[in-house]
Amino acid sequence: MARALINVPKTAKRGDVIEIKTLISHIMETGYRIGVTGQPIPRDIIDDFVCLYNGEEIFRAQLYPAIAANPYISFFTVATASGTMSFTWTDQHGKSQVQIAEITVE
Amino acid sequence: MKGFAAASALLIVAVSSALAVDIPLDQRHSDAEFISAGTRAMQNDETQNPGMLTVLDGETLWNAKAGSSGKSCADCHGDARVSMKGVAARYPAFMPSQGRPVDLEQRINLSRVNDQNAMPLAFESADLLALTAYVARQSFGIPVAVVNDVQSKPFIEQGRTLFERREGQINLSCAQCHDDNWGKNLAASVIPQAQPTGYPIYRLEWQAVGSLQRRLRSCMIASRAEPYDYGAPELVDLEFYLLWRARGLPIETPAVRP
Repeated sequence: MARALINVPKTAKRGDVIEIKTLISHIMETGYRIGVTGQPIPRDIIDDFVCLYNGEEIFRAQLYPAIAANPYISFFTVATASGTMSFTWTDQHGKSQVQIAEITVE
Repeated sequence: MKGFAAASALLIVAVSSALAVDIPLDQRHSDAEFISAGTRAMQNDETQNPGMLTVLDGETLWNAKAGSSGKSCADCHGDARVSMKGVAARYPAFMPSQGRPVDLEQRINLSRVNDQNAMPLAFESADLLALTAYVARQSFGIPVAVVNDVQSKPFIEQGRTLFERREGQINLSCAQCHDDNWGKNLAASVIPQAQPTGYPIYRLEWQAVGSLQRRLRSCMIASRAEPYDYGAPELVDLEFYLLWRARGLPIETPAVRP
């Protein structure tokens, strides 16, 4: 679907507060703009983002047309265990993209 | 009346002599120094800089086969991190086969046509921007080093003439803002020096990556002048002059600009 960049620390100490940064390419067309032919350009946005840490939901965001193109989302969590973090972006048509990152907690 | 005419003539002389003074080499700054701290932070963080998505697209294209040759860029040039290091810092450059300078986009298209037997990519297409950004990224931090030799000089001088020439309904030259008044405000924005070290850039206003030619055209439209077409020799000459003017400043592709 789209190209995404994820920044999760490869290793962390148990209990550390870590920053997760994500960026995905998407036009985030608002639906409010008029094209060259005078017709409205249809809305096309990502409207949901969720992060699972070893299967448990730790962060969710709902996105609206006021979010700029190529949404950048960053948030903090506590490193509790080694494992995987999965990131899922879903657009308004229900199409999803999943990216996985590994983290080792010592 | 006579006195007024003489005074205006004096004033005109004074104004025109203030024009076209080159920025001293040691007073040049990257345009990144004239943007907000937030936008600069966005540029400097690879996960925040949306231009990096384009660079990654370019890496995929670098390794993808194209045209009837069935060859990818990598098949001839290998690892771009080695073979393309410093290359973008030397563009635009005079190309004897063309008899005139070409910019990086045009150089990539020449290789597509001549070496890959592929169709040239359209100016400002996502693929051409991606390949250009990927190649330019390999020169990150390397000082601009365009060659100003006997063959290049007339084109650089032509670019300078265009830069210093008033045009459009506002009757404004590039130099009036970017040589004479950089650092001051134009409405709410600080006027940068127009040192094009970060192209292709991610421009927040565009919500997308764009080339230096697109940026030059949008400046011309803003001064209500007729913009040159993409690929026009005038635009390449302007690019050539601007990069020569920015010689020694480090490449920062993909830059983020407001």
